[in-house]
Amino acid sequence: MPPLTLAEKILARKAGRAAVSPGEIVEVPVDVVMAHEACAQAVKPFREMGATRVWDKSKIVIPIDHWVPASSDTAARLHKIIREFVREQGIPHFYDVGNHGICHQILAEEGFVLPGDLVVGSDSHTNMLGALGSFATGVGPTEIAAIFATGEIWLKVPESIRVVVTGRLRPPVSSKDVVLAVLREITCEGALYRSVEFEGPAIAAMEMWERFTLTNMTTEMGAKTGIIAPDGKTVAYLRACDVKNGRRGEIAGRAGLRADTGATYGRTVTVDGSSLEPLVAKPMSPDNVSPLREVEGTPVDQVFIGSCTNSRYEDLEIVARTWRGKKVSPNCRVIVTPASTSIYKRALADGFAKIFTDAGAVFTASSCGACFGGHGGIVGDGEVCASTTNRNFVGRMGHPGGKVYLMSPAAAAATALEGKIADPRRYAGRNGARRAAVAAKPARRAARTRPKAKARR
Amino acid sequence: MQVRFEGTVHVFGDAVDTDMIVPGKYLTLIEPAKIAEHVMEGSDPTFAKRVRPGDIVVAGKNFGCGSSREHAPVGLKAAGVSVVVAESFARIFYRNAINIGLPLLEVKGARETFQSGDRASVDLSSGEVRNARDSATLRGPGLSSQALSILEAGGLVEVVKHKLAARARPA
Repeated sequence: MPPLTLAEKILARKAGRAAVSPGEIVEVPVDVVMAHEACAQAVKPFREMGATRVWDKSKIVIPIDHWVPASSDTAARLHKIIREFVREQGIPHFYDVGNHGICHQILAEEGFVLPGDLVVGSDSHTNMLGALGSFATGVGPTEIAAIFATGEIWLKVPESIRVVVTGRLRPPVSSKDVVLAVLREITCEGALYRSVEFEGPAIAAMEMWERFTLTNMTTEMGAKTGIIAPDGKTVAYLRACDVKNGRRGEIAGRAGLRADTGATYGRTVTVDGSSLEPLVAKPMSPDNVSPLREVEGTPVDQVFIGSCTNSRYEDLEIVARTWRGKKVSPNCRVIVTPASTSIYKRALADGFAKIFTDAGAVFTASSCGACFGGHGGIVGDGEVCASTTNRNFVGRMGHPGGKVYLMSPAAAAATALEGKIADPRRYAGRNGARRAAVAAKPARRAARTRPKAKARR
Repeated sequence: MQVRFEGTVHVFGDAVDTDMIVPGKYLTLIEPAKIAEHVMEGSDPTFAKRVRPGDIVVAGKNFGCGSSREHAPVGLKAAGVSVVVAESFARIFYRNAINIGLPLLEVKGARETFQSGDRASVDLSSGEVRNARDSATLRGPGLSSQALSILEAGGLVEVVKHKLAARARPA
């Protein structure tokens, strides 16, 4: 049997075969299908297909996240279509306003994804779930409808790119800086149709919240999926989750997933984590990456800390540590939007909300709004925004004349204090302290990673 | 299924992302005709008014990169675009286009060969693109058999309809 990459191994198992090779088409059963507001667009094709009942309602997750609460009458119409469909089909895993979160964060923290799963979502950043060792990929609403009806999808087996991150990151250098360094190498089209698989000592040292940022932005490389093999940290994360659909017992059996020695990669990219410095992606493309110091001092009109890429609890904690007792610059508006309602609640309970609002920032409920130029932090013509999000294409966060710099939460937090792009290393005593403290108290850290909000409506 | 197209060309550059094709602020729209009113607005605000039924979009690398929004191919199709020819396509855009029945063709060098206003002829089965102005002819790999079969069926809805009907039939 030929040695297989992670992507090949997962697809071979799903196809019930010993091996598959890049370029072949496989028709495979889906373990989890996620649809956000695109679900509203899937209802019409679902009916046109002649389907009346979804294939397996327990495997469908519907978190609304792009316009929460509804920001317009047309958004309210989408939500209405979705609620009616959920009710009609009796779909149990529906995350409505007040219980909501960004779809990928919901799938992760609510325990829907296990290593080896095939996860298909209606959002391009579905790749993020590959950090849990799954093959996770994005599609459009007509394809979501086809999965609702049949439970299957056809996929071309992708060639794989191996990304090896060596050494040890020096805080405040973070996984965001790693993924920007990889984007600089691979570019926005270098991984088209491919699987990007991360490994190396710096990856092994990362917690799950950091790994999600890596696989999340494989989307910006054009990748079909991004995968990290499960390890002890993956297992600990999953054990702390309320694993859904009675699959808790499967965690241990799934944890051994590895790429085979000698597997074939189209390309290997190596990043030295020890020599990395804070990076930014300059306008107007996520692969337009340069050292932050080269643009330091660039005035900003808005700082946005949010999105599925970088607004988990630990990201917000870095920001809170940087801002404690300080004010953000009067020259910019600052918005913090957590990735989920459970993170929002923990940020309230642990005092982050007070730090953010005392500093002069807006602390909003969870939403995708500002990241995709929908609502809740739109960038105007000629304005500059420093953002922890994933894309900075023309018009992404609002007016086509706006400019977006992508960066880590530590860099965005420093930038907010100065009103101009600032080097987070000058605040390293604050935003870097966490890692040292955490290293000394691993037990406390594990508890913190636990998604706390279990009470559901 | 129609495999040959002739039409007036609109040329776009590299990395035309989905925010340029249909900006985020229009994503709550679901009627194709309404989406078409804003298509390509982020790149050329006059396009939606100028495009005529049967016109052909020619672009550079990584056309449709960015989000998973089906609005992008839906808007192009509803605006009357008959086929999109590009050096390469982003994968979700490619799937979405085929699924909703908007033909695509990957052809290296297409962008340099055409200027806006040229007349092009496109043959999906041979993968050939010809410029009527100077008879320059380029050939790409053509559509995969998987994509072609979905287009031939009339899109993914028809494919699944047949699949479900076959399952329902007694063996």
